[in-house]
Amino acid sequence: MTEHIPDTVENAAATPEKDQPFHLLGLKPDEYQQIREILGRRPTSGELAMYSVMWSEHCSYKSSKVHLRQFGQKVSPEMTKHLMVGMGENAGVVDIGEGWAVTFKIESHNHPSYIEPFQGAATGVGGIVRDIISMGARPVAVMDALRFGDIDHPDTLRVVNGVVSGISFYGNCLGLPNIGGETWFDSVYQANPLVNALAVGALRHEDLHLANAKGVGNLVVLFGARTGGDGIGGASILASDTFAEGGPTKRPAVQVGDPFAEKVLIECCLELFAGSCVEGIQDLGAAGISCATSELASNGDGGMRITLDNVLLRDPTLTAEEILMSESQERMMAIVTPDKLDAFLAVTTKWDVEASVLGEVTDTGRLVIEWKGQTIVDVDPRTVAINGPVYNRPMEYPAWLDALQADTPDRLARATDGDELKRQFLTLLGSPNEADTDWITNQYDYYVMGNTALNTPDGAGMIRIDEESGLGVALATDANGQYCQLDPYVGAQLALVESYRNVASSGATPLAVSDCLNFGSPENPEVMWQFARAVEGLADGCLELGIPVTGGNVSFYNQTGDVPIYPTPVVAVLGSIDNVARRLPSGWQDDGENLYLLGVTADELGGSAWASSVHGHLGGHPPRVDFAAEKALAGLLAAAAHEGIVTSATDLGTGGFIRAVADGVLRFGVGARVWADGIVDRDGVDLTAALFSETQARVLVSVAREDDVKFRGLCDGRHVPVLRVGVTDAQSHSLELQEVFTVTVDELSRVHRGTLPQRFGAVVGG
Amino acid sequence: MRVGVVTFPGSLDDRDALRAIKLAGGEPVSLWHSEHDLHGVDAIVLPGGFSYGDYLRCGAIAAHSPIMTDVVDAANRGMPVLGICNGFQVLVEAHLLAGGLIRNDHGTFIRRDQKLRVENTDTAWTSGYSVGQEITIPLKNGEGGFIADDETLAQLEGEGLVVFRYVDVNPNGSLNDIAGIRNARGNVVGLMPHPEHAVEAGFGPNTSVAMKSGTDGLAMFQSVLAASIFS
Repeated sequence: MTEHIPDTVENAAATPEKDQPFHLLGLKPDEYQQIREILGRRPTSGELAMYSVMWSEHCSYKSSKVHLRQFGQKVSPEMTKHLMVGMGENAGVVDIGEGWAVTFKIESHNHPSYIEPFQGAATGVGGIVRDIISMGARPVAVMDALRFGDIDHPDTLRVVNGVVSGISFYGNCLGLPNIGGETWFDSVYQANPLVNALAVGALRHEDLHLANAKGVGNLVVLFGARTGGDGIGGASILASDTFAEGGPTKRPAVQVGDPFAEKVLIECCLELFAGSCVEGIQDLGAAGISCATSELASNGDGGMRITLDNVLLRDPTLTAEEILMSESQERMMAIVTPDKLDAFLAVTTKWDVEASVLGEVTDTGRLVIEWKGQTIVDVDPRTVAINGPVYNRPMEYPAWLDALQADTPDRLARATDGDELKRQFLTLLGSPNEADTDWITNQYDYYVMGNTALNTPDGAGMIRIDEESGLGVALATDANGQYCQLDPYVGAQLALVESYRNVASSGATPLAVSDCLNFGSPENPEVMWQFARAVEGLADGCLELGIPVTGGNVSFYNQTGDVPIYPTPVVAVLGSIDNVARRLPSGWQDDGENLYLLGVTADELGGSAWASSVHGHLGGHPPRVDFAAEKALAGLLAAAAHEGIVTSATDLGTGGFIRAVADGVLRFGVGARVWADGIVDRDGVDLTAALFSETQARVLVSVAREDDVKFRGLCDGRHVPVLRVGVTDAQSHSLELQEVFTVTVDELSRVHRGTLPQRFGAVVGG
Repeated sequence: MRVGVVTFPGSLDDRDALRAIKLAGGEPVSLWHSEHDLHGVDAIVLPGGFSYGDYLRCGAIAAHSPIMTDVVDAANRGMPVLGICNGFQVLVEAHLLAGGLIRNDHGTFIRRDQKLRVENTDTAWTSGYSVGQEITIPLKNGEGGFIADDETLAQLEGEGLVVFRYVDVNPNGSLNDIAGIRNARGNVVGLMPHPEHAVEAGFGPNTSVAMKSGTDGLAMFQSVLAASIFS
């Protein structure tokens, strides 16, 4: 073995002409020049490693920054009322009252999940959970938004199996309930599955921690798993490059996770917080030590001196550059005052977690890293972590969009009799994107911690935060790539209002947003246009609804060859509820209750599940968004849940009214008799639209007869249009659409629950 | 009555078990794996989770942790000990219970509301049930398939040591649908399903009456409290 000789600052200054492989590290020639100008010399190989990962798209947001600024600019006082920490930290923090706060974030792990689905998805969960711990919170739940290729493509089984078992393995071993999410299948995601993982944590206000390195002389401590050779260059090489057809597989750059190490790390961190042993803390994710040191220093007193030899290694042959770039999982970096070090180490020892002091905080404004007695990095950390390149990428209105929008669903044949409507309904209900996901969610533990009040298949997940008062939070994630392909501005807003309505339908009051923006290559001007429009739509929508974006993540380069995925901005909305005992499930359990449809119906079938599942059609315009109607509806649902005058609430989303009725029936297997003529007469639409239209701001609720008058009064008082559309019927064991068709609960269940097991294997117990 | 819950590194349902003991009316006490100290408890629960990451074999490393020598001594003196899921695996690895637990026959982790039949109520943990009673308890495991050699199986069946059996669906390929067993003395019980997740209305399995209202697991923790009153 030849010994690796580190490139020192001295050496770099003396050898300005040395040829450096910046392009292999993902840096463009002008970016490399910029680094030389910042340093006034060529970078050392260690510095080059740091800049290359930190200036990668994944870490620097260089293509998205100029657009994301809107989330900070389009803000009203209403939006900041509950906000304790906004965008820019590891995760946003929201005040939910009673001295409690919650922190939540959704993040992508798309590219690793295609190459190595199991580890890719597993470490996606691990990474987002560490973001939550970094804020001082105990993680209390996870969710996941998944997009896979065509359900019948031969490679889909590999990816689905790997991703689901990876999430199951890691999340279950961490002891975090998985309370919801969504799954879509579409060939646009064939070689670019999306794995977006969300985590939420709870903390007392006084326990809030931030990622900064303050206090000259304070110690920089690295603890958790040892540093190994996994995931090197993951950030720059993997997440910021398009998969080239026929190119080499990139497996070595995928990280490997150990949930046991992370579980122990969680408990260790919480004990460190409880003992006030930590001043600032940062998790190690993308770009590893490069990211943690430069971000902590940038956000603190500005300087840090690190001895890299002190990093505990799993593999002693690692070079300094590899140590800086390693993305080994289950590691954290803390800033500790010297007098607290013994207490800190007592806690880490108790949990058998290894820790080593790497260096200290300085006020020099420089991040200095030494290796074998020589200085190998000497940079202004802000140039690494904050002031990276910013691109105003060219944008172009997609050449194909006008034609797509002109191809409206008006040309699609509509059913003329009940039998055909029934066939269409069952086709839709069993289509891959509408089908039941038990095959996936049965592999997730939602019981652990004993605080899960709602979980899949309810539209939102809900967790009790305070066991005494019952205070809790609800969360939903949504994105509809089809809508976004038709109109990214409206599509992003539709994801927002859908998620918002799902949270409201649980009885909670929406408070905040986290987003994970999945797009194709930013170097494609049409993709950049889609991105800009989606961000604009989302920022405008949040302003209208009065809830802030508290953080999130951008994932570009989701494409294979020249074909980008549909724009897929996944929007997570978080809400609070004063007592989870008042929660609303998304289906009825009792006989003889009245079913009411809230909201009005228009003929809106563009991008609908009916158009795609029945006709294989995508075209026209997505449904319109009515923020005022959504807010009124949310207010009504919160009041009705608080008063206990509705027993369930089912959001109308894809598949429209009849799909919501099916959800309500299938939730507890209790039948219903419904009629659509009231919708047809009042709203002037035909039966197909009444059943399948995806008009927004609508919810189906069940109301016990004794609360009927009160409920109607509430709707009138709040000016929410209401229509009685059916009754629940426990004896019929069927869904009867009066005078049109009847389907037994057994048949509904068979159609809805059969789709995934037919492809992926049986569900235990059917 | 003081009931201890051992936390091993990687234990997950320890807080749930502590809550269940409290809801049953007992005094929950946290015990730590590396201490030789049972803190004067009257009964012990080994909770679910992935102790030591389930490295080697599920429960194998935890069975050799310091506190387990004290747990084994106490169990041999007659102290009630309940092992839930990973805790059951630990009890088997510690030879307090017979048989073994292997990967589910279908190969995947499974979480479901599981119907069980109570086969034996002559234990410290099941006296609150009646023989033949059907209860619904959440199940969640990847390695819950109960196995034993023919002789052991015959002994378990012959001596009435099977405490719980799966009903309707065998979720993991367990021999004879065995979900839980006891020792000869009846103070040590282990089962794969999680009674501590069915103790509080609003957070348990669904019932025909209301969602998440199932509390069939509570009687297990109440049984041990009652046992102490009579002993």
